[in-house]
Amino acid sequence: MTRGPARIGLGLLTDSAQSVRFSFDGRWMPGLAGDTLASALLANGQRLIARSFKYHRPRGIFTCGPEEPCGLVDVLTPGGREPNQLATTLLLHDGLHAESQNRWPSLRVDALSVMNRLSGLLPAGFYYKTFMRPSWAWERLYEPLIRRAAGLGRVGPSKEEHALSVETVHQHTDVLVVGAGPAGMTAAYRLGRSGLRVVLVEQDVVLGGGSLLDSRWTPWREHMCTLLDNSPSVRCLPRTTVVGAYGHGVFAALETPERKPPNRTMIRERLRIIRAREVILATGATERLIAFPGNDIPGVMLAGAAQGYLRRYGVAVGREPLFFLTSDEAYGAVFDLHAAGIHRMAVVDIRAESLAAERARALGLDVYSGCVVNSLVGRNTVQGVRIAGIRSARQVERAADCVLMSGGYSPNVSLARQLGADLHWQDDTAGFVPTLGAARGRIAGAARGVIGLAASARDGDSIALQVATAFERAAAPMAEISIPADAPRSQCLPLWEVRGRGKAFVDLQNDVTADDIRLAHREGYEHIEHTKRYTTHGMGTDQGRIGGLVGSAVLAQARGVPVAAVGQPTPRPFVQPVPLAALAGAEIQGRLKPKRRLALHDWHESAGASFVATGLWLRPLVYAREPGWEAVLREARAVRSSVGITDVSTLGKIDVQGPDAARFLDFVYANTFSTLPVGKARYGIMLREDGMVLDDGTTARLSPEHFVVTTTTMNSAAVLEHLEFCLQAVCPELDVLCTDVGDQWAQFAIAGPRAREVLGAVITGLDISNDALPFMATASATIAGIPARLFRISFSGELGYELAVPARESLAVWTALLEAGRRLGIVPYGLDALNTLRIEKGHAAAPELNGTTSADDLGLGHLLKRHGDFIGRTLAQARGSSTQGRLQLVGVRPLNGAQQLRNGMQLMVPGTQTPVGFITSSTPSVVTEGWLGLALVSAGRDRMGQHLIGASPLHDQTTPVEIVRPQMFDPENARVRR
Amino acid sequence: MLRIPCPWCGIRDEVEFRYRGDALITRPSPDAGVEAFTAYVYGRANPNGWHTEWWLHVSGCRKLIRVTRHTFTHEILRAETAESCRPLSGGAAS
Repeated sequence: MTRGPARIGLGLLTDSAQSVRFSFDGRWMPGLAGDTLASALLANGQRLIARSFKYHRPRGIFTCGPEEPCGLVDVLTPGGREPNQLATTLLLHDGLHAESQNRWPSLRVDALSVMNRLSGLLPAGFYYKTFMRPSWAWERLYEPLIRRAAGLGRVGPSKEEHALSVETVHQHTDVLVVGAGPAGMTAAYRLGRSGLRVVLVEQDVVLGGGSLLDSRWTPWREHMCTLLDNSPSVRCLPRTTVVGAYGHGVFAALETPERKPPNRTMIRERLRIIRAREVILATGATERLIAFPGNDIPGVMLAGAAQGYLRRYGVAVGREPLFFLTSDEAYGAVFDLHAAGIHRMAVVDIRAESLAAERARALGLDVYSGCVVNSLVGRNTVQGVRIAGIRSARQVERAADCVLMSGGYSPNVSLARQLGADLHWQDDTAGFVPTLGAARGRIAGAARGVIGLAASARDGDSIALQVATAFERAAAPMAEISIPADAPRSQCLPLWEVRGRGKAFVDLQNDVTADDIRLAHREGYEHIEHTKRYTTHGMGTDQGRIGGLVGSAVLAQARGVPVAAVGQPTPRPFVQPVPLAALAGAEIQGRLKPKRRLALHDWHESAGASFVATGLWLRPLVYAREPGWEAVLREARAVRSSVGITDVSTLGKIDVQGPDAARFLDFVYANTFSTLPVGKARYGIMLREDGMVLDDGTTARLSPEHFVVTTTTMNSAAVLEHLEFCLQAVCPELDVLCTDVGDQWAQFAIAGPRAREVLGAVITGLDISNDALPFMATASATIAGIPARLFRISFSGELGYELAVPARESLAVWTALLEAGRRLGIVPYGLDALNTLRIEKGHAAAPELNGTTSADDLGLGHLLKRHGDFIGRTLAQARGSSTQGRLQLVGVRPLNGAQQLRNGMQLMVPGTQTPVGFITSSTPSVVTEGWLGLALVSAGRDRMGQHLIGASPLHDQTTPVEIVRPQMFDPENARVRR
Repeated sequence: MLRIPCPWCGIRDEVEFRYRGDALITRPSPDAGVEAFTAYVYGRANPNGWHTEWWLHVSGCRKLIRVTRHTFTHEILRAETAESCRPLSGGAAS
C-alpha cells in the first residue's frame, strides 16, 4: 500500500490521488498531498517521533494541531537545518527531509535515555540546588554539559534566504474575527452581510474549526465557506495565527503560506499587522490531558486528536483504542472511530453514568463507568491499561494499542487575557472562562465557555449583532442555513490526576510531572507564577496549552484550595513561536533604517571618500579609502596652512520667523538674541529645563523678524521638537513659526588663511574684506551665479566662511569653489579632519554635549544671560553654586607626545585607583607634535598643569598626561578675525 | 500599541508621535525659585489611572495634542488640540 498501513479511509484534507514521498531519520515513506508530517508518520505506523527534553523519554504525536508538545522535528533543506518544526502543522511535500531531535546515536537507541532511570535524582529545581559550587564551574563545566543533554533542536547557521522570503503586511478592517469555527464563521458572515469589512483569521489550513470533526456539520461548513468566499467585504485568512494582541485594535498575525519547493523566492512567512475597530475572539477551546502514570508514552494522545487524524487524513492511530474520558463531548471520537470500522475498543469514564456512555453501550462497546486508567502496560509503546474503580482498589487489565484521553476542554484565553480579560471559574466546563469589557473586544463561542457547536454558532451570531449595532448597522437578512442540533449532554466531571507509581506529566514538552508541582509547593513556591518558573511548567513552545490547567489543579490540591483560587499564569505574546526573521521582515541589513545622503554624495564618492554614519546621515569621513591618520592630517594641515572645504549640510537648519521671533530665541537660548543686529550671527547654547546643555550652534539674523538657527547634526530633530513644544505648550502667546529647512539648504565651510581669496574669486556683488564682512557677519551673496547666504563663522579656528545654497544647486557652487581654490591647493576635508581641528580649538561637540554637562562644565557659563527668563535658567544657576567636583571640560596632552590618547581613557591621580575623569575626544595634532585630547575631569579647571594617568585597560595601556586649557591652539582666537 | 486620535489627522499609530510628558504641569513663573523648578522638572504623579499628557505628532501635522490616557488599560478618553487647552502657560519670555 502506498498510502501507509494505518490509512483506513478518505480524509477531508488529503488527496488520495496525489502521493508524495518524504523521509524521517533517513527512512523514506509514502504520504498524501494534504498530509501533515504527523499524519503521514502515523499513517506509516511510526509512533516514536522524539526524545523528551529532560529525561530523553520516548515520545510520539500527542495532538493534531499547533498545541502539540512532543512532535518537534528538524527539517533539512538545501539552505540548512530548521529546528523545532511542529510535525502536527508541518505540511508534507514531496522530498521533505525530517529528523528527530534530542537523541544520540538514534531515536530508538538514545544514550541519554539513562536520564530517565536517574530521574529520581533530577526533580524540579535540581540544577539550581546541585550545581552551585564551585561557582567558576557553572559557566565552564555544568552549563555546557546540561545544555548538551537537554533541549530540543539545534539552531543552524542563519540563512539569508529565510530573511529574503518574509514580508510584512499592514491591514485595516472594521472587524477582526479570530478563529473560523461555527462561532467565528457565523459572526463573519453576519457582519459581512451588514456591509462591514471583516477579516476572518484561522490558524488551520481550512475553515471550520470544531465543525470539521462532526460529519453532521459538513453541509453547513461547505455552504458557509461558499458564502464567505462570495462575500465581497469578508477576507478569509487561513494558515494565519493571531500571535499577539496589543490593545487599541492592533493585532499581530503570522501567516504561513503553502510552500512548494523548489520555488525559493516564495513567501515563507507573512507577518500581518492588523488594525481593527472591533474584534471578536472566537478562538475555541483546547482539549486537555489527564495526568496519570505513563501518560506520555507513544500511543497515548488526546481523544480529539485521534478523531482529527481520522476525519482530516483518514488515519487510524490504533486498531484497539482505549478511551479515557470525562465528558460527553469527547465521545465524538468514540463514535467516529467506531463508524470507521474500529470496533475493538473500550471506554473508561470517570463519571458513574452519562447519556453518551449509554449510547456507547448501545453500540456494544465496553464502558467502564466510574473508573480511571491507573497505569499502562508497556514501556515504549502502549500494550494495555490497568483500570480501577475510583472507589475500589480492584483493578482489571485490558489490552489496548493506544490510549485516547480527554480531560475536558479549556477555552483558549490567551488573546482575551492580553486584552485584559478577567478569568472566572465555570463549573459547567470545569475551566476558566474570560470576561472582557465590550470596549476592548468581544468573545464568542467555546472561547467563552459555550458548549456545543450549534450553541456556539448561535453565540457567534448574537455577538456579531452586538458589533453591528455598535457600528449602527441594521441586521441584514441572513440566508437560511440549517444547523444540526446539539445532542443532549450530561455534565462533565473534572479529573486532573490519577496518582500512582510512575511519572504523570502535566507538561510533556518540558518534562514537568505532577510530583514536580508538589515539590515546588513544598519548597514554598505557592503562587502559580512561582510554580511555573521553578518547574518550567507551561514555559515550552506549546505554552502549556494542553496541561496548563492540570498543573494549576495539582497545585490547588496541594494547597488545599479550589483551582479557581490558584488561577493560571498570565499569558503574553506570542501565543506560538514566531521566527525572528518574520518579525524583522524586509528591514534587515541595508534596509534596517533609511540612509540619508548628502546632495553631493556622488561627488564625495567619486572623490574617494570613506563614509561614516552619523545618525541616518552618511558623511564623508576622510577622502581616502584606506584607514589611518595620514590622510586626515593632510586634510587638516591644508586648512591650517592654506584652505580647505567641507560639506556641513547635515547641520540642522531651522527657519524662525515672526514678530516675536527674537523674544522666543531669548527664551529658548541661554544667551541673548534680541540684541543681535541684522546681518550678524551669534553662537548660542540651548539648555534643557534641568540646566544641562541641550545643543549649541550659530544663529543668524536675516531681518528683524527672521532668524536662521543651526543645530548639531545629531540633535537637529530633537531641537526642532523642543522648539515646537515650547511654542505650543510653554509660550503659545508668542507669534512665531519654526520651519525645518535642513533639506532645502546645502551648507559648505571654507576655512583656512586663504579662504577669502577663494571666495573672492567666485562671489559677486559683495565686499568680503575684513572690514566689510568681519567675523560673525552674515550677508546675502551670489556665488557662481547662484543666490546664497554667507556666514563668516568658524568651527576650525581659521578664517572661515559658511555658505548656504539651495541644495539642488550645490554641485555648481561646490565645483566653482574647488576650481577657484585649485591654484591655492584647496582640499576637501572630511569629518575626521573637522574633528581634529575642533579638538585643537577646544570646541565642544557631541562627545562633550552628552546630556550631563552644564554650560559651566563646558566653560560656557559666561554665556548665560543675567537678565530675563530662559529655559534652564533657574536650575542652571542653582547648579552654578554647587559645582564642587563636577566634571569640567579640559584639554589633555600626553607627557610623551608620541603616546596615543584614546576616547574613553580613564584619568587618575598618580598613585590612586579611582578615576577623576575621562577623555571624550582625541586626535593627533597638526599644530604640535603628538596627540591632543579633550576630557571631562572632576574640578578640571583647578587642575591646570596637573599630571594624571590615562588608563585604557582594554588596550592594556597607561599614558601619563598633563591637564591643559581646552583651547590648545590659538587661545586668543586671533586667526578667525584676520 | 497605542492608536492616537489626532484631532488634526485622525487615528494614527503611536510611532508617529513623540511623547512629551505630563500636560497638567505648568512652568513656574520665572522667579518661583529652585524648589518650584525642581518640582516642575522632576516631580511627577505617576498615577495608576487617568493621565493627561502631551504628544507631538512629529510624523504627521507636527502639532502638539493633549491626550487623556489610562495608564493601566491604555484607554484614550480624549485627544484635544493644544490650542483648545489654553491658557496653560506660566509665563515665557520676559
